[in-house]
Amino acid sequence: MRVEGKGLIDRTKPVRFRFDGREYAGYKGDTLASALLANDVRLVGRSFKYHRPRGVLTAGSEEPNALVEVVGAKNQTPNVRATMQEVFEGLVTQSQNRMGSLRFDLLAVNDYLSPFLSAGFYYKTFMWPRAFWEKLYEPIIRRAAGLGSLSGAHDEGTYEKAFAFCDVLVIGSGPAGLMAALTAGRAGADVILAEESHAFGGRLLSEGGTIGGMPAADWAAQAVAELQAMPNVRLMLRTAVTGAYDHGTYGALERVGLHKPARPNLPRECFWRIVAPHAVLACGALERPIAFPDNDRPGIMMASAVRTYLNRYGVSPGKRVTLFTNTDAARATARDLIAAGVQVAAIIDPRPDAFSVEDCPVHAGAEVIGTRGRLGLSGVTVRKGAETFEIETDCLAMSGGWNPTIHLTCHMNGRPRWNEELAAFVPMEGAVPGLVAVGAANGTMSTYGALATGQAAALQMVSALGRKAEADLPEAEDAPYRLQAIWAVEGNGRAWLDFANDVTTKDVKLAAQEGYRSVEHMKRYTTQGMAPDQGKSSNVGALAVLADATGRGIPETGTTTFRPPYTPVSVAAMGAGGRAEGFAPQRFLTSDQASRDRHAPMIEAGLWYRPSYFPKPGEPTWREACDREVTMVRQSVGIADVSTLGKIDIQGKDAGRFLDFLYTNTFSNLGLGKVRYGLMLREDGLVLDDGTSARLGENHYLMTTTTAAAGLVMRHMDFVHQAFCADWDVRFISVTESWAQFAVAGPKARALVNSFLETPVDLPFMGVARVRIGGVDGRLFRISFSGEEGYELAVPTRYGEALFRDLLARAETLGGGPYGMEALNVLRIEKGFITHSEIHGRISAHDIGMEKMISAKKDCIGKTAATRPGLWGPDREQLVGLKAAAQISAGAHLFRPGTEIHRETDQGYVTSVCWSPTVGAWLGLGFLKDGRARLGEKIRLVDHLRGLDVICEVCHPVFHDPEGEKLRA
Amino acid sequence: MPELIAKSALDGKSLTLGGVTLAEATVGPIHSVAVFPGGAKSTAKGLKSLGLAMPAPNSFVEKDGVRLVWTGRDQAFLVGVMPPDLDGAAITDQSDGWTVLSLAGGAAVDVLARLVPLDLRPAAFPVGQVRRSQVNHMNAVILRTAEAAFEIMVFRSMARTAWHEMESTLQMVAARAGKKI
Repeated sequence: MRVEGKGLIDRTKPVRFRFDGREYAGYKGDTLASALLANDVRLVGRSFKYHRPRGVLTAGSEEPNALVEVVGAKNQTPNVRATMQEVFEGLVTQSQNRMGSLRFDLLAVNDYLSPFLSAGFYYKTFMWPRAFWEKLYEPIIRRAAGLGSLSGAHDEGTYEKAFAFCDVLVIGSGPAGLMAALTAGRAGADVILAEESHAFGGRLLSEGGTIGGMPAADWAAQAVAELQAMPNVRLMLRTAVTGAYDHGTYGALERVGLHKPARPNLPRECFWRIVAPHAVLACGALERPIAFPDNDRPGIMMASAVRTYLNRYGVSPGKRVTLFTNTDAARATARDLIAAGVQVAAIIDPRPDAFSVEDCPVHAGAEVIGTRGRLGLSGVTVRKGAETFEIETDCLAMSGGWNPTIHLTCHMNGRPRWNEELAAFVPMEGAVPGLVAVGAANGTMSTYGALATGQAAALQMVSALGRKAEADLPEAEDAPYRLQAIWAVEGNGRAWLDFANDVTTKDVKLAAQEGYRSVEHMKRYTTQGMAPDQGKSSNVGALAVLADATGRGIPETGTTTFRPPYTPVSVAAMGAGGRAEGFAPQRFLTSDQASRDRHAPMIEAGLWYRPSYFPKPGEPTWREACDREVTMVRQSVGIADVSTLGKIDIQGKDAGRFLDFLYTNTFSNLGLGKVRYGLMLREDGLVLDDGTSARLGENHYLMTTTTAAAGLVMRHMDFVHQAFCADWDVRFISVTESWAQFAVAGPKARALVNSFLETPVDLPFMGVARVRIGGVDGRLFRISFSGEEGYELAVPTRYGEALFRDLLARAETLGGGPYGMEALNVLRIEKGFITHSEIHGRISAHDIGMEKMISAKKDCIGKTAATRPGLWGPDREQLVGLKAAAQISAGAHLFRPGTEIHRETDQGYVTSVCWSPTVGAWLGLGFLKDGRARLGEKIRLVDHLRGLDVICEVCHPVFHDPEGEKLRA
Repeated sequence: MPELIAKSALDGKSLTLGGVTLAEATVGPIHSVAVFPGGAKSTAKGLKSLGLAMPAPNSFVEKDGVRLVWTGRDQAFLVGVMPPDLDGAAITDQSDGWTVLSLAGGAAVDVLARLVPLDLRPAAFPVGQVRRSQVNHMNAVILRTAEAAFEIMVFRSMARTAWHEMESTLQMVAARAGKKI
């Protein structure tokens, strides 16, 4: 219910929202949880395993129970914490993890089966019969498991990624964080203050008390206003710092648009990477529940959450509230409620010496041992000494003390330290370099202590940055933290530790009993701490129960490892912009539009988009177009864009020497204006890449690499240069992007090329010349990847589209036209030219019959390694051609006809195949054991995947024009 | 034969959103100047005619609209003029290899902070400096020409991706500022 005169919500701005199909009213500044509680909605979800009715437990990001689905026009977001989701006009939400309605969940039957569903239930039950697992058990478990549901559609929402840098990152904006930010900000340091909630102030917004003589919330507002006015301070609201990483890098998730109606281009979330040499961890502490029987009913919540709902949101979660706590500080819950006019039924304090000053019954030395109410709390049973009695109540506020929020300090493998006085873990100093925990996050529980430690940390950082700052602390409450640890209350019935994953004290004890005594084993056996809340409320309680069950102390028992992220981060935010085409940059050729204009389907080759074929009317599939293009090149002339090939400009007196070192063969003796084919090895002696290099000048070469290995070869060259010959007179740079280059191939290629040149040239095979084309300086290479007379014409990229379109127009006049990747592939297979299908990384020069290209007269990268036994000889699989009358496939394996088909009888494999319109047969390239000695043999090709079983003839890999007369014509 | 038609990667596109202008810039010729071992002196002599000297790492020098931009060890890009004779260095034409995008206006830093993993604070990346970094997954050369103005060089073949990513970032930044798109 709403309490008049309380809260920081804006009562002038009412907001309507929906939950499970019903419309409710709230105010701007409400969370979904506070607005539902204001409407007396206590039941908000069902538990994970037993489908128990659940209500709001906390008021923060640690919430284990109140997880809902937010439904947008185009998306559905599951597992949203109602305690963090702000309400806005038109917000639509629904409960999750139920079968049927929230009030009558069919899977609640699990709760009655609970004696059978204890820890390890899956492992024990679904082991036999084995065949049942896949068909029966797994589908049923999959259907029952999980929390929220997804729409099944792609998340096409807008997400953002960003980077930020500062001198001091302050995580959390309670008293410690605000004081640290003020101190560092006043000293002129670049400060980022990140706050995960939707308002700055932390617990100051939820507690009474004064700072510097004014109400704490007013002091917070004043501090924020001062920070806002500083140009060196960046305030980041709704930003949860989720991880600490190397070199002062922190991950953070900002909720940008999730608290507003969707708007085009407004990001839903932003994933930040913040780099800061200094960080102040001021994210406070998390209050811990007490495990007593049936402690999970809607209406039972943390005492600090009750104060937050009352003081920050103006809501009382109950009409008659009971308090169960072991600390003095939590008594403020009762006092605040009474002051606001809410009835407090009783205070139950397990400490026998607990004081009694509140205006309500106080039971010292008492414990809650049971609760009632199916869909919401209606009463509790209390035990005091030998006597038990009932209290009628609709809200039980509990507090078992506080756990410092140490998670970030553990993200780089730091182990926390047990503090006996606090009965809690505190951070190990220096666990994350540059990060200092202050205030409650470091176990300093008073407001004054928070202010003082926040300022002290900031002063230290500011002086490390070479700046000066004044120490200046306001007055504030500095009461000691007095607690007697209480983890679990003995009694009949299950007592929950992990609300999110339905783990009870009984499960933890069972784990210990069955030998899972290590905390890591217990965690995995019971699934404690493995829910979306990552056990924020339950970890310390669970290991206390484990410690008790195994007869060890808590420090000996240890704790599990906290890993990033601190709170859930949507993958969509981390991968912002990376969906679909955003996954990688797209590289477009200058001929791209011209190819698309001709309806060429584009295929990805690396990051490039290349035309696969150019369909013509009457060609039902790619095959007809491909066959036509192959015949066109063989009979007249074809044009293909080959700009994607890597091009590297190499200059210097040692350029030739450098190429000799990179390639197996010699380039220093290449004549001016000549091109040579070269083979490059890796350091391990296997083939890296092949291509041609041209000598453009005395000290000037141009290297061509394959498309796929362009980057790889450049990297290799940089490495070789820097590691082995840094002092050589050689410089090189990529010019791949600088030139648009087109292959012109076929018997009419020369006529077409010459019709373009201002001065026709008579270029010999493997020659290069500078030419003038349409008023532009270009280069003409006479090289061939098709086996026909071939040229490559290169112009500066800006002229690429024009040249391509002009070439096509004239080629068509000659009966030619464009050809795509499919035809290019067929042409080179017919000619026996290799690509990275063949030189796939496990192939030696010997395997492809190029061992003679490793010059004996000089050294080169990989030369010695290539002589290792096992990289050459008849035992190796060697490149051969294959010819068949029926369809064959790449990836198929080769066997001797008549032998059994299995792994041991494997003779080799196929790397490339095509239907050859020129030869009139299926052709392939592949690797066959001792293949070169077996030409003419019949071999059996088997492809189990495609169901092929074909007898092929082993051939020389060059099927077309083996003498090379055509390309030299 | 008629002259070939020249086209830039983005046809000189420009866009203004939320006070930030993104445009394909025309910068004239770009040549890589890679100094050979022992070639520093003669390179410096050749550059004198332009009133420029090889820039220090991570910076560029500028005179009369001509820039010499550090791009790597012993390497700089001469932008805006055809190179003079430089004996001590390898000169390679890069004019057609790059698309230059200019990004200028109040929130230019906010836009770049979403694409580039660099510390963009003026003390860390002052005007007159250059970085070889990345724009999302693309290699880039980024020049800071004024407090809120940058020139970003990306591979020409990736210009459309670069434009798309910068445009959608502009839209998001403007939407955050509450501006109608």
